[in-house]
Amino acid sequence: MSIIVITILALCAIGVTAAIILFFVAQKFKVYEDPRIDEVEEALPAANCGGCGYPGCRAFAEALVKADDISKMNCPVGGVSVMSHVGSILGHEIKAAEPTVAVVRCNGTCENRPKTNQYDGAASCTIAASLYSGETGCQYGCLGLGECVDACNFDAMYMDKETGLPVIIEDKCVSCGACVKACPNNIIELRKKGPKSRRIFVSCVNKDKGGVAKKACGVACIGCGKCVKECPFDAITLVNNLAYIDYNKCKLCRKCVIVCPTKAIHELNFPPRKEKPTDKPTAKTVKPVAAPKTEAKTEEAAKVEPTANNETTENK
Amino acid sequence: MLKTFSLGGIHPAENKLSASSAIQVLPIPETVSIPISQHIGAPATPIVKKNDEVKVGQLIAKSSGFVSANIHSSVSGTVFKVDEIMDASGFRRTSIIIKVNGDEWMETIDRSADLVKEISASKEEIVKKIAEAGIVGLGGATFPAHVKLSVPPGKTAEVLIINAVECEPYLTSDHRVMLEKGDEVLVGTQILMKALGVNKAIIGIENNKPDAIAHLTSLAANYQGVEICPLKTQYPQGGEKQLISAIIKREIPSGTLPIEVGAVVQNVGTALAVYEAIQKNKPLFERVATITGKSLKNPSNWKFRIGTPIKDLIDAAGGLPEDTGKIVGGGPMMGKALTTVDVPLTKGSSGLLLLPREEAIRKESKPCIRCGKCISVCPMGLEPFLLMVLADKKEYDRLESDAVMDCIECGSCSFTCPANRPLLDYIRLGKGKVGQIMRSRK
Repeated sequence: MSIIVITILALCAIGVTAAIILFFVAQKFKVYEDPRIDEVEEALPAANCGGCGYPGCRAFAEALVKADDISKMNCPVGGVSVMSHVGSILGHEIKAAEPTVAVVRCNGTCENRPKTNQYDGAASCTIAASLYSGETGCQYGCLGLGECVDACNFDAMYMDKETGLPVIIEDKCVSCGACVKACPNNIIELRKKGPKSRRIFVSCVNKDKGGVAKKACGVACIGCGKCVKECPFDAITLVNNLAYIDYNKCKLCRKCVIVCPTKAIHELNFPPRKEKPTDKPTAKTVKPVAAPKTEAKTEEAAKVEPTANNETTENK
Repeated sequence: MLKTFSLGGIHPAENKLSASSAIQVLPIPETVSIPISQHIGAPATPIVKKNDEVKVGQLIAKSSGFVSANIHSSVSGTVFKVDEIMDASGFRRTSIIIKVNGDEWMETIDRSADLVKEISASKEEIVKKIAEAGIVGLGGATFPAHVKLSVPPGKTAEVLIINAVECEPYLTSDHRVMLEKGDEVLVGTQILMKALGVNKAIIGIENNKPDAIAHLTSLAANYQGVEICPLKTQYPQGGEKQLISAIIKREIPSGTLPIEVGAVVQNVGTALAVYEAIQKNKPLFERVATITGKSLKNPSNWKFRIGTPIKDLIDAAGGLPEDTGKIVGGGPMMGKALTTVDVPLTKGSSGLLLLPREEAIRKESKPCIRCGKCISVCPMGLEPFLLMVLADKKEYDRLESDAVMDCIECGSCSFTCPANRPLLDYIRLGKGKVGQIMRSRK
């Protein structure tokens, strides 16, 4: 009996001593952590996509708390609402950042860009790119092995079996930039989403001279410069036989789309032009967009059926 | 017991179809396109422009650094243009395109076939002249030869090893060179010995070329310090590290060059080019290549002018067979499939292999069954299955610590894998990324 009592007492004594030691040690080696980090992390979407440029939401929260100016930091998943919440926690004013979306700048479908050889190596764009120029005559375009789709954490991309090109589902794209990093040919770009998701971009990255580019792909940018001359806003630059539209200057007038001889300039989510009047009347009144030219057309646009995407944010 | 390297290795079917076909001379084409980057290192800088007249052997692009090589015209005629044309991997690269007119050689080149045994040039002159002649390693790696001959301070060369292994299946160009140009190769070897200041050279030949071994052994009696070493037929015996391990039983520490163990390796084709450059004043503008394939009408060996379209070589050997599935530049193990036949032959073209369709197409890749065959055949003692996974998962730190940079890309692992996994594809990717990381750290 006494053995049990002694054992219990001894254990209690050890426990108490250890507790006292631990208490002082904990006091001595206490690491202060800003409680706001937890709070900010709570506000972030916990997607851990890395789209902000930090390894996960926790690291971004730490960086946000440390930073003096958070105007350049943005959570692409959460967007303005999350950032303004974060701003209110940290006492910063948040200006609404223009939302961006990923855009595939290659239209080299099987039809437009005939195959010249067959690749049977490992199914990875990076490996294919390190070996050679790809299955077609264009050394710049999409390799079609879908590394961008694998990189997407948000199910916002898929490979179109018919065209062999990746397609971005705008609604799901959070513009984290994972696909941009994954693509070895730098075809995907994050562009401003634009009013009503309307965007104009050069869907080509071919830097070859016109003849070479055209031979490889029917819809390549041949660097003719017509769009540069046509653009009233100086938004288009021509470097290395390739036109590029600056989305900050572009007013979406669509003049360049008309003049492009190879149809390399794409317009997304615009209502059809006047030649094709829409038959369904407007359900909701749509406010005119920045460019006054498109005003009339916008008004009659009922349900905008974009060419490249089935889903849009249009009428939500 | 014949000598061979200590670790791993495979023995693929040899298929030396063209071994008995004597070297023929390929007719000079109407136009040649000579790429300015035919070697490892910085591309050469073109020094000719449109409408310039050039002669055979005239310098047309100058070496633009220490690790770079001069490029000479292989024909006489007029420069048509200096433009970007597609290379063997489909990328457009700068080339000098020359319209051929006659065959007028530079006066300085000695075109007689007499063997000049006397080596009058001094050590420094030899290295300088090799650099001027634009000689690169003709085994396929195209590393500028003068760089290897410039022994860094603090190191000494003890032995010169001539790589006459030709361990790649199908290829026979080195074999034919040894049989037909044996004396020239041996003089070239002595020139290289003089350049390095060594008094011993060993020529390693695999025992699947008994005629070459016998021929060179009988000739070598007249050349002081040159020894012939027959080797067991085992791939990749022709790898620098493997050859050194096989012949002098020394292992090169990871991340260092053969000079660390006192050895310098040069290819047998390079030895011939060195002979021609020093004794005949002839820069490197032609070489020997094998064209072969099971369905090809006439597998043979050809001496061609650099810049000749690959198409010409195929036509000379009886035309493209109907069932061709892949055209490989180089041998079947380390060669690279071509995307078009409109590309020129270069300094590094040691052979052209036309694979029939059923042999060319890769089989479907299946999951790893952990049999460990890739580990047992790896001549560098690596774990290819692990490196592949690490490269796929972007674990570059571990790739580096698991010595991915030691991989010599011989392809033994992919060859032996029963699940047809594209091991080397991924390892090469990992190697590239780790290399980038290591360079950025410097």
